[in-house]
Amino acid sequence: MTPTPHDWAAIERLPEFRELVRAKRAFVVPATLFFLVYYFALPALVGYWPGLMSTPVVGHVNVAYLFALSQFVMAWALMAAYVRRARRYDRMAEALVQRLKERT
Amino acid sequence: MNPSLLMFLLFVGVTLGITIWAARRTRTTTEFYSAGRRITGFQNGWAVAGDYMSAASFLGIAGLIAFYGYDGFMYSVGWLVAYLTVLLLVAEPLRNTGRFTMADVLAFRLREPVVRVVAAISTLTVSLFYMIAQMVGAGSLVSLLVPSIGFNTAIVGVGVLMLVYVIVGGMLATTWVQIVKAVLLMTGTILLSILVLSKFHFSPLAFFDAVANVTGSFCADGVARAGVCPDGSAPIVRDFTQPGLYYHGPWGALSLMSLGIALIFGTAGLPHILVRFYTVPSARAARTSVVWAMILIGSFYIMTTFLGFGAATLVGKARIGVVTAGRLVPNQNLAAPLLAREVGGEVFLSFVSAIAFATILAVVAGLTIAASSTFAHDIWFTFVKRQREDEREQVLVARITAAVIGLLSIGLAIALRSLNVAFLVGLAFAVAASANVPAILLTLYWRRFNTTGMLAGMLVGLLSAVALIVASPAVMGVDAPGVAVRHLIQRPPLFPLDNPAIVSVPLGFVAAIAGALLRRDPDAEAAYSELTVRANTGLGAV
Repeated sequence: MTPTPHDWAAIERLPEFRELVRAKRAFVVPATLFFLVYYFALPALVGYWPGLMSTPVVGHVNVAYLFALSQFVMAWALMAAYVRRARRYDRMAEALVQRLKERT
Repeated sequence: MNPSLLMFLLFVGVTLGITIWAARRTRTTTEFYSAGRRITGFQNGWAVAGDYMSAASFLGIAGLIAFYGYDGFMYSVGWLVAYLTVLLLVAEPLRNTGRFTMADVLAFRLREPVVRVVAAISTLTVSLFYMIAQMVGAGSLVSLLVPSIGFNTAIVGVGVLMLVYVIVGGMLATTWVQIVKAVLLMTGTILLSILVLSKFHFSPLAFFDAVANVTGSFCADGVARAGVCPDGSAPIVRDFTQPGLYYHGPWGALSLMSLGIALIFGTAGLPHILVRFYTVPSARAARTSVVWAMILIGSFYIMTTFLGFGAATLVGKARIGVVTAGRLVPNQNLAAPLLAREVGGEVFLSFVSAIAFATILAVVAGLTIAASSTFAHDIWFTFVKRQREDEREQVLVARITAAVIGLLSIGLAIALRSLNVAFLVGLAFAVAASANVPAILLTLYWRRFNTTGMLAGMLVGLLSAVALIVASPAVMGVDAPGVAVRHLIQRPPLFPLDNPAIVSVPLGFVAAIAGALLRRDPDAEAAYSELTVRANTGLGAV
C-alpha cells in the first residue's frame, strides 16, 4: 500500500470529522438496535407463543404471517431512511476532503 | 433431446460467451479479483442478489415451506433483514479500507501475516461448505431430472464449468454470470408466482384458505407423526398458515432464535458477498449495490410464499419427491420444480430446472473466486512471496487455486452426497457469523481491538461453531431401524439445537473482546485513526 502524506490522527481530531462520525452514529446505532429488536421479536413470538401468533386477521391470513411481511417493509423503510441520510454524510465527507486538499 | 438439458446448455453457451469476452479484459490482479472496480452499483446489486440467492434459497426454502408451512418462511425473513447489518455497518467501511479480500479489512491495523492466514482459513472453510452444499444440490437435481446423466457426472460437469468461468474470466465473467442468473431467477419466480395465484383467481384470501386446509401434525416429543403418539395421546395438528410445524417441542423456540442469529449476522461475514463490494468504484456505489440487492432479494423472498405454499396446496407434500422402483422417495428440494410442472407443464418445468442449475453454477463460481482470491492474495503473497508484488504470478496462483478448490469440492461433494444440503449451508452461515463477524465489527468500531482479540475471536468462533454442529441433531442421532440412515453419527445428540449460532456467536464475541483486553497493542490503536478516517471519508481508497 502506498504511504499517504496524511496525518490521520490530526484529521481524526478535526471538528468536521468528529461531526461526521457523530452524525452517522446518531442514526446507525439506534437504527441497528431497532432492527435487531424488531427482528428478534419475530422468532421469539412465533417460537414461544405460536397459538397467539396464529390468530387470524383477514380470512386465514394470521398475525404471524403479517408480522413476517412487516419485516420486509421495516427493512426497506430503514434502508430508504439510511440512504436519504447518507447523502448528507457524503456531502460532509466531501467538504472535509476538499478542505484537506486545499490545506496541502 | 431433454428440454431441461437444452435450456441449460443455452445458459451455458451464453455465459461462456460472456467468459470469453471477459477474459480479454482480465490481466491485472485488480481485474481478476475485482473486475477492475468498474461494475456500477446497480449492476453489482444484481450480482450480489445473484450470489446470495443460492440453491438453498430457491429450492431449499420452497421445500421447507411445502413440507412445514409457515416455519420455512422464517429463513426468507432472516435472509433479507440480514442485509441491514451489511448496509448500516459493513459495506461502506469495507469498500473504503480493503482491496481484494475480507482479510484486507482485518489486516488493515492488525499484524498482517497471522491475521491474513486465519482469515483465509475461515474464508476457505465457509466457502468450501457452502460450495459442497451447492454441488450436492446440483448433483441430486440433475440425477433426478435427467436420470441418464447420473449424480457424479452432474457434479463433475458443474465443477468443470464453474472452473472455466473463474479461471478464464475472473471476477468480470463471474459478475456477469451472476447478473444473467439473477435476471433469470427473478423472471422464473415472478412467472411461477403469477401462475400459482391464477389458480386462485388472483385472490390472496382464497390462496390462504387453501393453505389453511393443508395440515401437519407432531407429538409432544417433537417428532412429526400422524396417528397415535408413543404416549397414547393424539398428535398436535396445525395448519400450514400457523407456526410450529418445524420448530416445536422443548427446544423449538430456542432453535428458531439460534437460526435467527445465524441468518442475521452470517451474511455480513460471507466472504463471497463481501468481496462483491470491491468490484464497484466507491463506497457510495457499494451502498447503491446493497440497496438494489435488498429490493431484489426482498421481492424474491416474499415470492417464496407463493412457491412454497403453492407447492403445498397444488402439489402436496405426498407427491414431492422422485418415484424410484414404484415408491416415492420424498425430496424437499424438488418442491419448486414440481410446482412448475403442475402449473406450467413440462416446458415450464424445464425452464425452472434450468434456472435452478444456473443458480447453482453461478453461486459456485462466486464462491470459487472468493476462495481463490484469499489463497493467492492472503496466503501465497504474504508468506511465499513476502509481499513482493508480481501481478502476473498472483493471477496465475489464483487460477491454479481455483482449479484445486474446484477439484477438491468435486471430490468432497461426491463423498458427501448423502449429506443434507440445508445443513451444509447452515454450517457456512454459522461459521461466518461466529468467526468472521465479531472480528470485522470490532476492528471497524473498537479502537482497543488488536491481533490477540482477533485470533481468539476467530478461532473460538470457528471451532465452537463446527464442534457444536457436529454434536447437534443434524449430525448425531439414532435412526429407527429400517429407515434410510440420515445421521452421520448414530448416537444421541450432545447439543440439542440444530443451529449453533446462539452459543457460538456470543462465544466468538466474548473471546474476541477478552483476547483484546488481555494485552495492549499501541500500534493497532494508533492505526485506528487511519482506519476510521479512511472508512468514513474514502480518503486513500483504491
